[in-house]
This record gives sequence, structure tokens and C-alpha cells, in this order.
Amino acid sequence: MAGGKRDWVYKLSRLDRRIIFFLIGLSVVVPLLIGLVLPVFTSPIVQNMFDRIESLPPGSRVLLSCDYGPSTAPENQPMAESITRHALARDCRLYIVSLWATGAGQIELLQDQVLRTEFEGKEEGVDWVNLGYKAGNQGLINAILLDLKAMYSTDVRGTSTGSIPMMEGVANLTDMDLIVGIGSGFPGVKEWIQFAGDRGDIPITGGVTAVEAPLLYPYYPKQLLGLMGGLQGAAEYETALIKAYPRFRQTAVNAVRLMGPQAVAHTLIALLVILGNVMFFMERRREGKRS
Amino acid sequence: MDLTRVEVWIGALLTLMIFSFLYKDNVFYKFAEHLFVGVSAAYWMVVGVHTTIIPNLLGKLWPRAAAVWLPAAGEWEMDLWFLIPLVFGLLLLTRLLKKVGYLSRWSMGLIIGYAAGTNLIRYLQSDFMSQISHTMIPLFVKDGGGGLAFGETFSNGILFFGTICGLVYFFFSAEHKGILRPMSRIGIWVLMVTFGASFGYTVMARISLLTGRVQYLLRDWLGVI
Repeated sequence: MAGGKRDWVYKLSRLDRRIIFFLIGLSVVVPLLIGLVLPVFTSPIVQNMFDRIESLPPGSRVLLSCDYGPSTAPENQPMAESITRHALARDCRLYIVSLWATGAGQIELLQDQVLRTEFEGKEEGVDWVNLGYKAGNQGLINAILLDLKAMYSTDVRGTSTGSIPMMEGVANLTDMDLIVGIGSGFPGVKEWIQFAGDRGDIPITGGVTAVEAPLLYPYYPKQLLGLMGGLQGAAEYETALIKAYPRFRQTAVNAVRLMGPQAVAHTLIALLVILGNVMFFMERRREGKRS
Repeated sequence: MDLTRVEVWIGALLTLMIFSFLYKDNVFYKFAEHLFVGVSAAYWMVVGVHTTIIPNLLGKLWPRAAAVWLPAAGEWEMDLWFLIPLVFGLLLLTRLLKKVGYLSRWSMGLIIGYAAGTNLIRYLQSDFMSQISHTMIPLFVKDGGGGLAFGETFSNGILFFGTICGLVYFFFSAEHKGILRPMSRIGIWVLMVTFGASFGYTVMARISLLTGRVQYLLRDWLGVI
């Protein structure tokens, strides 16, 4: 305190955290209300993933594993939707599974909001199949690496996998041309890399929450062909998707729309961190002068 | 009555109750928190029974009984080998009984042995051998015209020397003096940059989840966006 007074430096360095919470809240609410949308540019790590799917010939088998739940849906659901749109736009055959119990609900949302509305011409059992959730974590991956139908005897509707047309010729995971894991923890993309990618020599890509992304970067680019990291990664993939397939301009924008509030909130946080540091050094200098 | 609207209202009110903690701890927050814990516990118990106990145990030992919940199990044959996991599962529960609690160590031993075995292979192959081989990258990268590709060369150099210096920091068998001292200092900087990036990603994740919740309130509940 300068001269015993509680001046602005003193007050600012002891700002009530509830004011900060309020400002963060405003920084998210206002951009959403005004519809702030900022340009997003696709980074190489996401572009590699996009290019890999783009290079798949029609009829390729893509396994999409939705290993997340409602708690991380804002980050992961746009990723799963983008992969679904891209794979089906390339006329790939999409096999949807989940290692998480809560993933089954997210797959249902994917079916209702993307598969059955935007791809009405694609047939269940011929172009895409929902094999659902199975317990077992990495043990399940181990098992389906050798025999997929032993674990998935039916799809989620109860139809025998022996009678599903697109399951013909699929003995195990090595018959997949690409595995895409969308995850938010254990089990997730890391387990797909360790138990399927490295052991079965199967190409793996994925999308994870921002918290997990730094843990997976060491696997890129040899063990992991590409990675969507958090909402930013999802927005980058949507940008690449819209650029290649303009027909998704109205639908594949969920993550891009949320980047506006993201940018404003991050800017506010950066300013508060700088302010905090300035206040810290100013107070320390005053303490030094007094002593 | 439109049950979807009721569901949205319940979700919105519970969201606001949780957010109320940001002002002060209160009875509404406590209620929502306890409700979440209770519902989560019940949900996971039901999921565990229907996805593991019924198909993987009851369906193998008594298929006709399991067919009540899982019609496909009606065609399965009894497999008595699954008595072994049944016994081990029951042994695990003896942990709750003081006199015979030691029997649970058999089951724990099996679980730990399995975990150790699978983890050894996956970490040794994916996190050790593969990571070492993928760090062996060219330090001077040529472009298509035979000249030096500066971007890739710089990137590879950072990756290689950053990895080495980071490892040197954790090498405690020799005192960090001479050449090891600056390498160790660079290693610390590499680690701090990594932690900073990780922290930044964590902030992004939390803001993303907040944005998702606010979008739910403004779009699904209030309908203003």
C-alpha cells in the first residue's frame, strides 16, 4: 500500500474472483448472442488427418470409435459429426463402435442428427453400421484385433453381424483401412494406438479433448497420422471439410461457431494474466522501496 | 405435455444451480452436486449389470435366464469355464468381511498381473521402442531441388535436441556440470514450454465446455440464438 492508502494497485491485485468469473461469463455469452464467427485456418496436423480420409478410395472401411460422453460432447461431438460426413461423402463404409458406455448415447445423436438426416441415401448395414458399446476397454481392442465378430455378434439393433452385408469380409481390425478414435480419456485414442495401431499396423487418427491432446502429440506423425486437438481441432477440420465439400457449409459449423467465444475468452484470460503479473511486480517494487 | 421441454428445463435449472457455486456455496449447488453423484453411481451400476454381468456372466452360465434381458442369449450354450471369473468376483467381495478379507488378494493378484502384463507390452512397444525410433530423424533435410529445407531442418533440430536436453535434465547419475549444465538448463526450458502449452490447452478445454453449456442455455432453453 502506497502511503497507507488502498490505491488502485492494491485493489486490482486483490480483485474479487467473482468479478473475474462474471467477466469470463460475459466473454462467452456476448459473442454467442451477437453470433461472432472468426476465420479458422487448418493446421498441418489436422490437414494430414483430412488428407488421409480424402485419399481413401470408395468402399474403404473406416472404424469410428466414439469414446466420450455428454461431459465432453461440446468438443467431441463436432469431431464425430465431421468424420461421419467426410467418410460418407467419400463413400467409405463406416463402422461405429464405442469403448465408453456413455458413447452409445452420443452415437444415437450422431445417427439422428447426421446419418438419418443428411445421408438418407446411405443405407444402414450397407454403408454404415452401429455396433454399439462393448465393455472391456483395451481388452476389447485386443480381442477384436484377432476376431471382431466374436465380440460383436450383433449390431446395436440385435441383427446378427453375420447377416449384415458390410460385415462380410471383416474378420478383425486389420481389415479396417483406417481407425478414427474420438476420445476424452481412458480408454481412448492412446489405447487404439497402443493395442491396434502399433500391434496390428493399422493406420490411426483421432480427435481428443484439449486436455488430452498434448499427451498424444508425441505419437504424431508416425504412430498417429493426424489429430484434432480440442474444439480448435474440430473447427479446423470443419473448415477443411467445408472447403472441399461446400454442401456442408450450413451443417458442419458447430465448432467454428464456438470459436468466437473461445477467442474472446482467451484474450480476456491473457489480459488478466498480464495484468496480474504487472500488479505483482509493481507491488514488489513498492515493497522494495519501503524496505 | 412435451417431455423434451421438461428435460431441457431440468437440465437448465441444474446447470444454473451448479453455476451458483461461483458466487457462494449454497443449498441449491449442494442439491445438484449430490443428485449428480447419486444418479452417476446408479447409472454406472445399471450399465455394469447390463453390459457385463448379464451378457458376460449370466449369459454364459445360465443363458435362458439372461434371455429375459438379452434375447440373443437364448441361443447361446452354457459355458462352465465362466465359473472361474464368478468365483474370483465373489472372492473380491470378501474384502468387505474382516475375517476372510485376505481371500480377495487372489483376485487382486489376477487383476494386477493382467494389468502389468498388458501394460508392459503396450508401453514397451508404443511408448519406448517406437518413440526412440521415431526420434531418430535427419538433422539436415534436403528439399526437392537438393538444397536445405530450412523449415524441416529447424523443426527436426528442435525435436532432437529438445528431447536429448529434456532427458539430460532427468539424468541424475552424473553431476550437472560442464556440458551437462547448459543442456540441463535447456531441458528445463523445453519442459516449461511443454507445461505451458499443456496448461493453455487445459484452459481451452474448460472454456469449450463452458461455451457448450452457455449455448445449451441460450439455444435449447431460452431459444435466443
